[in-house]
Amino acid sequence: MHGLVKRFGATLALDGVALEARAGEVLALVGENGAGKSTLMKVLAGALEPDAGRMELDGAPYAPRSPLEARERGVAMIHQELALAPHLSVAENVLLGAEPQRIGLVDWRSLHERAHAALTQLGRGELDVRRRVGDLAPAERQLVEIARAVAFEARVVVLDEPTSSLGREDVARLAELLVRLRERGAAVIYISHVMEEIFAFAQRYCVLRDGRSVASGTCADSSPRELVAAMVGREVAQLTPRPAQQGAAPAGEVIARLNSLRGQRLPREATLELRRGEVLGIAGLVGAGRTELLRALMGLERVVSGELRVLELSGARAPHERWEQGVGMLSEDRKSEGLALGLSIAANLGLPHLERFARAGRFDAGALERSAAEWIERVRVKCAGPRQPIGELSGGNQQKVALARLLAADVDIALLDEPTRGVDVAAKAEIYALIDRFARRGERQRAVLVVSSYLPELLGLCDRIAVMERGVLHPARAAAELDERTLLAQATGGGA
Amino acid sequence: MKQRWREVLRKLGPALGLVAAWLLFALLAGRPFTSWPNHQLMLLQTAVIGTAAVGATWIIVAGGIDLSVGSTIALGTVVTALLLNAGWSAGAAAVGGIASATLVGWTIGALVVGQLGRVLALGAGVALGVWIGRQHGPALGVVSGVSLAALLRWLLERAIGPLPLSPFIVTLGLWGALRGLAKGLGDNQPVYPDATGWLRRVMVLAPEGPFAIAPPGVCVFALVALVAGLALKHTVLGRHAVAIGSNEQTARLCGVRVERVKLWVYALGLACAGVASVLQFAYLSMGDPTTAQGYELKVIAAVVIGGASLSGGQGSVGGALIGALIMTVVDNGCTKLGLDNWVQELITGAIIVAAVALDRTRSRAQS
Repeated sequence: MHGLVKRFGATLALDGVALEARAGEVLALVGENGAGKSTLMKVLAGALEPDAGRMELDGAPYAPRSPLEARERGVAMIHQELALAPHLSVAENVLLGAEPQRIGLVDWRSLHERAHAALTQLGRGELDVRRRVGDLAPAERQLVEIARAVAFEARVVVLDEPTSSLGREDVARLAELLVRLRERGAAVIYISHVMEEIFAFAQRYCVLRDGRSVASGTCADSSPRELVAAMVGREVAQLTPRPAQQGAAPAGEVIARLNSLRGQRLPREATLELRRGEVLGIAGLVGAGRTELLRALMGLERVVSGELRVLELSGARAPHERWEQGVGMLSEDRKSEGLALGLSIAANLGLPHLERFARAGRFDAGALERSAAEWIERVRVKCAGPRQPIGELSGGNQQKVALARLLAADVDIALLDEPTRGVDVAAKAEIYALIDRFARRGERQRAVLVVSSYLPELLGLCDRIAVMERGVLHPARAAAELDERTLLAQATGGGA
Repeated sequence: MKQRWREVLRKLGPALGLVAAWLLFALLAGRPFTSWPNHQLMLLQTAVIGTAAVGATWIIVAGGIDLSVGSTIALGTVVTALLLNAGWSAGAAAVGGIASATLVGWTIGALVVGQLGRVLALGAGVALGVWIGRQHGPALGVVSGVSLAALLRWLLERAIGPLPLSPFIVTLGLWGALRGLAKGLGDNQPVYPDATGWLRRVMVLAPEGPFAIAPPGVCVFALVALVAGLALKHTVLGRHAVAIGSNEQTARLCGVRVERVKLWVYALGLACAGVASVLQFAYLSMGDPTTAQGYELKVIAAVVIGGASLSGGQGSVGGALIGALIMTVVDNGCTKLGLDNWVQELITGAIIVAAVALDRTRSRAQS
């Protein structure tokens, strides 16, 4: 790609990007939210046409006008939101749109053989191609998509944050898949925010900033610190948030107490005390029951047995009661649960307490927008204004709005589920600062319970961390006494 | 293993429901219900709704919906009757009835995939052609109709461009419009043909002869269901319909010609409704613009009881057949017990909700 330019109205999303992906190599594409990665990938995938610049594929000019044409030329996209038909079988999904047929009838045997062959090439021939995709685990679904790219003999495979929904073990298997793709001579473009993955998987990198490619080179000659510096355009003192304890008052009274709490399926047993003024982290593998714990606290999932006391109320309560009490939750699933993507920023911000903007039953949209504008300013959301539909914002800015919703509701307890998922480094730092200020430095002390799969984040942000292991919550320990290895050992049941 | 059991249960659920309903009425009503002639009657009573439900399964599995099927059936009976009166043979009139419904299906499909211009142009062309044809002879009529349609299509496609519409709204509009059209064609009253030929024997029980086991109408119903059911499972068109219902964007990305498949699905689905309309005509021996009121919801109910999801991707022709049979068994059984109509309606309503609730619990257990 040479000198690609894409404008959206007055906004210059891409400003002369140059990018080179080589066969048999993984190229890591990094950049802040809004740096132009998604736009660039949409151009590559044929969903958008560039205003200037040209692309070449295997030496021939490449200018796809539709995703389908891009695919026919051998460019496959694997999105964060997987593009699969859940009601069809694995084999049908792998060969969708190119089913082997005889006089209009599906040739099942050949279909199954070819899908199996694609999976075998990826070293995962054991997956039954007859299974319904809707019954598969997230990692297996991703595998199906990659197998589709293999079946269509893709020359370029783009993976957009492929590990955001995977557990650690699945990430390791994904690494194997990438090696297989490289061996087949495909060029892999790997978009990720996780530095460890970039340096483990990729041979070369390219950094985008403000629609420009600002740095590129081989991973072997670089370091995470160098990459981050290129992304934000300035040296960042530390990747992880600084331990925030110094200068803050010690933790206060107990604000929530759980005793042998048991949910419908998960958690199996959770005992915990949350105090004012502290950030308490919950570590653990994906599927260990961390999300279910937060949801049970919020009243989104059933509590089967055990004691639960939040502020002055004991027992399970409905979500609206929790909000009234001053408990708010940030969902890990921003797209379908966390935010109403079609609604404006203002509507999303005000959703838990619309009644505050009503006078004598009459809803005052102006007041809501004024309040939203204030919060946009305060948490620095990049947007056109409070009326902009939130779906148009980048992931990091959406997340800032979701977090600002808790701040605006003035909650005492914030339950945060993966608050920095799909968020770039600079926005992460801002979110950490918001959490720190919220819990420890406000006019009164509040409490934060945060679930994260990114251990350095928990270690840097939290006062105490508890590990959830297969539904059982281990006792919380001071973050200062812990390190990644200890947490991981406990999370995997390998003892601490 | 556990998963396989759930899969089996998911497939067998509606069938178990049918067996349960049958056993219940067999116990309560006894011989009048369990007799062989009564079963033949029940199959006959199922044929019209069942045939239409086969087509509706295709539409619903592909993520669409059709609220116009009752009106289409009424239109089909009127068209068949008018063609018989115009001197067409029974077979040709039946084909004409089916063709009228297929045209309705094409219209729905074209509107749903955004070809409003094409539909308007065709409508205007036909109207002008018929009007001129009546006054100045058919040749001039065809020429003027075709040229107007071509011109309008060119103009409208430039002016409007692709404009996809929701199938719910499109077929809600046609639900009224087609009924009106049927009334207009029939001059506001039923059309009684002088002779119906062999169509007269299609929907009556024959004591002997080749159709002693089941009347021809039931055989046609079974044949349509078999072909459409196999086609949904084993043709590329059928699998693409499922893929579109399951995830339309993915299907498009993967090169499935979404618009074309949808057009076919609606045309084929309504062609089934056309067959149903011929059966209904044979049953009534007249073209009745007011017949088949409320069938659209019964048809959807049959498909849903059979395990289909209204959000698409899931459902089978076999399930829809069982759904239609369950409703017939309840109707027939209640009649045999001497229960009032309102009891049947209550029970049928409860079954629909129960079927969906059962399906939800099964899919919840799965996730």
